[in-house]
Amino acid sequence: MIKVGLIGAGKMGISHLAILGAHPDVEISGVCDTSKMVLDVLEKYSSFKCYTDYRKMISERRPDAVVVAVPTKMHAAMVRELLEQGIHVFVEKPFCLHPSEAEPLITLAKQKNLVNQVGYHNKWVGTFAEVKRLLSRNAIGEIYHFHGQAYGPVVVKQKQDTWRSSPDEGGGCLMDYASHVIDLINYLISPVQSVPSSMLKSVFSRSVEDAVFAMLKLSNGVSGVLSVNWSDETYRKMTTSVQINGRKGKIVSDANELKVFFNDGECPQGYSKGWNVKYVTDLTPQVDFYLRGEEYTAQMDHFISAVKGDAGTGINTFESASHTDRAIDLIRKAQFS
Amino acid sequence: MDRILFGDNQFFAVNHISDEKSMAQSIRFKSDQAIIHTLDQAMEFGINTFMCTTHDRIANICEIIRENPSKYSDFKIYPCMPYAHKYANAVTDLGVAGALKQYVPGNFFGSLFKGGVAYLSKDYESIMELLIDAEMKMFKGLNTPVIFLQNVITDLLLGLGMKDIFVAFHQYVSKKYNAEAGFITMNMPALLDMLESAGIRNPIICASINKAGFRMSGGKELYEQTLNTRTFRAIAMQVLAGGAVSPKEAIQYVCSLPNIQSILFGASSRGNIKDTASFIRSYDEMYQKVDKI
Repeated sequence: MIKVGLIGAGKMGISHLAILGAHPDVEISGVCDTSKMVLDVLEKYSSFKCYTDYRKMISERRPDAVVVAVPTKMHAAMVRELLEQGIHVFVEKPFCLHPSEAEPLITLAKQKNLVNQVGYHNKWVGTFAEVKRLLSRNAIGEIYHFHGQAYGPVVVKQKQDTWRSSPDEGGGCLMDYASHVIDLINYLISPVQSVPSSMLKSVFSRSVEDAVFAMLKLSNGVSGVLSVNWSDETYRKMTTSVQINGRKGKIVSDANELKVFFNDGECPQGYSKGWNVKYVTDLTPQVDFYLRGEEYTAQMDHFISAVKGDAGTGINTFESASHTDRAIDLIRKAQFS
Repeated sequence: MDRILFGDNQFFAVNHISDEKSMAQSIRFKSDQAIIHTLDQAMEFGINTFMCTTHDRIANICEIIRENPSKYSDFKIYPCMPYAHKYANAVTDLGVAGALKQYVPGNFFGSLFKGGVAYLSKDYESIMELLIDAEMKMFKGLNTPVIFLQNVITDLLLGLGMKDIFVAFHQYVSKKYNAEAGFITMNMPALLDMLESAGIRNPIICASINKAGFRMSGGKELYEQTLNTRTFRAIAMQVLAGGAVSPKEAIQYVCSLPNIQSILFGASSRGNIKDTASFIRSYDEMYQKVDKI
């Protein structure tokens, strides 16, 4: 059994806790949070040992691995402490508030040979995984443009402030929402290298942006557009999509549906000239426990397998997530005024 | 429970395979009248139970049903709560406590103190009861014989091992609403184990059951084995597996399984409602004949 602790039992933390709680190879060694109400509920209704001090949890329970799901500004210091104690780490996205914080953590995890993973779950969505497979085979030829988008109804009117509405703590649409799309583009095509121009717009929030629009240049020379808005009430929930134009075809994919157009008959097996449509139902491997989407369980399964030493090359390592942190920083600095 | 239950995903732009279709549905069902019209078409084919999320717009539908008592005298509603995205977006925006503050009726702390100092006495069940009452308000005066817990909450509680909350929900809907509790899940075998261990006998469980094995956690074989050997009342949902299986084949599969009390499906057009209902009736007839032989 792998002993796993959780720090931060908010929305993502609780969801990870339920997935880990149902995992046959995991024993929850403790849960830490600062909300008395959340801990109270967990103590009364679950069998998990609860803490308000994560250091106490670590020293008393000695977990093999820890899931960190606290506000972004606390990630770097907490992750460092865990790595120093030889603990494998899964940390929520985005990785670090400041890009410079990432490098020492990447080095430390490598030195200590510890599993390090960041919660960018889209890589386990069947449609996006198939896009990756197609691109790695150069299926649509040379890519000359992309359009990455995400829309959803998170902030649809003016409300009270939380850490998510504070730019110093990692709040705002850029870090919270756009990070998913940036990370997906980094993964599918190539990491962002420069940002010629960006616009960060506040729609309802007072101190952070609710929408992000940017031109991106990737390290392989391809350029494209990022368009993200979390104040769009026409979407029922977060909807992420990518469109990728190549000289031999075009890919349009969201988390449910993959559409691929091939200019001619020279295409991978299972595809033909013209439009091809595939659904996530056909592309997603089954998981043993389902909560909110197969991808959340799949990413945790990957983390646990890696801790056990069974998983191959790391997906969503600190290093890959640090590219996304860097792109976030570039977008903020490239604001068009 | 009726053999056929009519679902509401199509009305609220829930489409598991296409965001484009989801937007088209949102446009098509913009007016409450369009929803009522489709419900009436379902009634035309003998479908008298509407299983629906406690979405804000359902309140308007309930109002129309209340205004036409003779037309809807046999009509039943199975509420499914909570409408999770409402809470999930609020939690992202406001945090857990902030979201509760927004959705627990009246003034959060005021309600708690009035309701017997719940926070201090750690009586979280009274918070749950207040939330259930808030969600049930829109159904006042209507026939709601089964009240469901949505899968996001069921499966979250399942993963956290919080079986006492299932018991509390089960008891409260029976005591306050004279209704049976139902549980929607994507983890049917594991949920049944937990409900049984909590002393809930012969539970109503609504789960994804389809020929493709889609969202059947633990595997299709385990589901079939559970249906064959255990005591519970199953409702099959997502029978079309998001479009992965042809309607005829899909319905034949679920009709051939034992222990499925009801089949839940949603459709936008009269033709699709008619076809699905008639597939269910004809395969039921076929398998009943086989049983008799």
